[in-house]
Amino acid sequence: MSELATPIKPEPRRFGLRNMLTMYAVAARQAIIEQLQYPAANMMFMVHILIEPVIYLVVWSSVATSQGGAIGGYTAAEFAGYYIIWTLVRQFNLAIGPQGFHWRIKEGRLAAELLRPVHPLLPDLGYYLGYKVPQTIYWLPMGILLWLLFKPEINPVAWQIAAFPVVLMLAFFVRFFFMWLLGLVCFWTERVDALFELYFAAELLFSGRLVPLEVMPTWAQNVANFLPFQWTFYFPIEVLLGRVDLPEFWPGVLAQLAWIAGGYTLVRMIWKLAVKRFTAVGS
Amino acid sequence: MLKPIKLFGLFARISILNEVQYRANFFLQVLQSSLSLGTGLIVLSVVYSYTDNLGGWSQAELLAVYGVFVLMSGLIGSLVLPNMWAFMEDVREGRLDFTLTKPEDAQVLISVRVVAIWRLVDVVLGLIVLGVAITRMGLEASWWLAFAFAATLIMGMVLLYCVLLLASILSFWFVRVWELMEMMQSIFQAGRWPVGIYPDWLRLGLTYLIPVAFAVTVPAEALTGRLTPELLAGTLLFTIVALVVTRLIWKWGLRNYSGASA
Repeated sequence: MSELATPIKPEPRRFGLRNMLTMYAVAARQAIIEQLQYPAANMMFMVHILIEPVIYLVVWSSVATSQGGAIGGYTAAEFAGYYIIWTLVRQFNLAIGPQGFHWRIKEGRLAAELLRPVHPLLPDLGYYLGYKVPQTIYWLPMGILLWLLFKPEINPVAWQIAAFPVVLMLAFFVRFFFMWLLGLVCFWTERVDALFELYFAAELLFSGRLVPLEVMPTWAQNVANFLPFQWTFYFPIEVLLGRVDLPEFWPGVLAQLAWIAGGYTLVRMIWKLAVKRFTAVGS
Repeated sequence: MLKPIKLFGLFARISILNEVQYRANFFLQVLQSSLSLGTGLIVLSVVYSYTDNLGGWSQAELLAVYGVFVLMSGLIGSLVLPNMWAFMEDVREGRLDFTLTKPEDAQVLISVRVVAIWRLVDVVLGLIVLGVAITRMGLEASWWLAFAFAATLIMGMVLLYCVLLLASILSFWFVRVWELMEMMQSIFQAGRWPVGIYPDWLRLGLTYLIPVAFAVTVPAEALTGRLTPELLAGTLLFTIVALVVTRLIWKWGLRNYSGASA
């Protein structure tokens, strides 16, 4: 899913902005072409992604119903809205997983990527941006089906609908950089599974992925404020749900930008250290 | 009948000898399993901070469901899944031909080859969770209960084996089967909760298509005294049918298989 097969032809002289944009376009187009070839596999991947929120949805709406209609300010129908938007946000914040990174170092693919005149992060970025196109196409029928099955309730106003694509893209960038950062750990050790597990457990609990943060206990909400996770799930979902007003919206966008800047800086710093350690054998 | 068991014992010994060379993996698995167990327990506690009853299951009973889920994940993860991945890899790489030329039955051979022993950590953790749940429920131990639980657990495992093998057999025809396997593994996650809480369409799928209901909920029902003799008989019948159908499809698949290497 994360593989980049055809190398991009290196320009002999300058690698200017125009070449850069061409490279993104090529990587993006490649993702689109590659994924549209496998509709069945992609539909299964979609079910694989969708089953998780459906489980949460069922559990929390039955808890809400048993508690007289609402918990944490969410009714059963609003939970349905939350988790259906969740599925769309999930399509967009999908980025190269640390497993993919691990695979690419183990198989020696990274050696070839390092020979290119661009940072390997950039084709990744292009690829995953392009990947959003087939993902959205495959998501649509599922999203409509879930909508019909669970009858959600969402109340966004016009500016919230307009702002949603923006915070959605920012969410992708936050998650992209932090996943990459996690992937970089593979330069130091092979035994990464437990660390990944820890990361995803933290993401599950502190991002709003499991349940809206208001429903979590107070200690978890406090911890979440010090971590990047809520800006990748909770915040964009809440915007489209119509629960974020302007006074909360701008600080939220700023927080997303700040985490992107932080993630980017960390990736740059650690990348420099990582490449120094890297030795390739063969290929 | 004895031969497959002997074969399993032999392969298990090889796997164990292989794996104990890497003892650090054991501690990492303990760490990883404890993390995911901890996360699961936090989720349960968040649910129960709002209500004391989910679809008719009390907190202690839900803990029992979760215990069975962890136990079953460990059993499947150590005994069944690694074999399926190896089998699919063999088909892709053309190595299955070597298995087919061996005198023993090929289905038996590909099913018992690998034991991922460190995943048995989950079996231990699942048993501990179950122990705590049983104490909290104040259950009276009885032979019927123990028998019903063990029987439903084994049948659940056999059913999951059938479904996973059926999915792997598809690799005779298709290249990207791993997405299907991933999908089934994430659907299995639905077993963390009793299937009764899901809407009808989903519950039917979780019962007959991917038998999460039989694998996790039914053993938990056996433990909590919800199992009727009719349900036990029905589970037995379904298991036998699934085994026979899987066997037939395996043979049919093999007839359609033409070696990729050699």
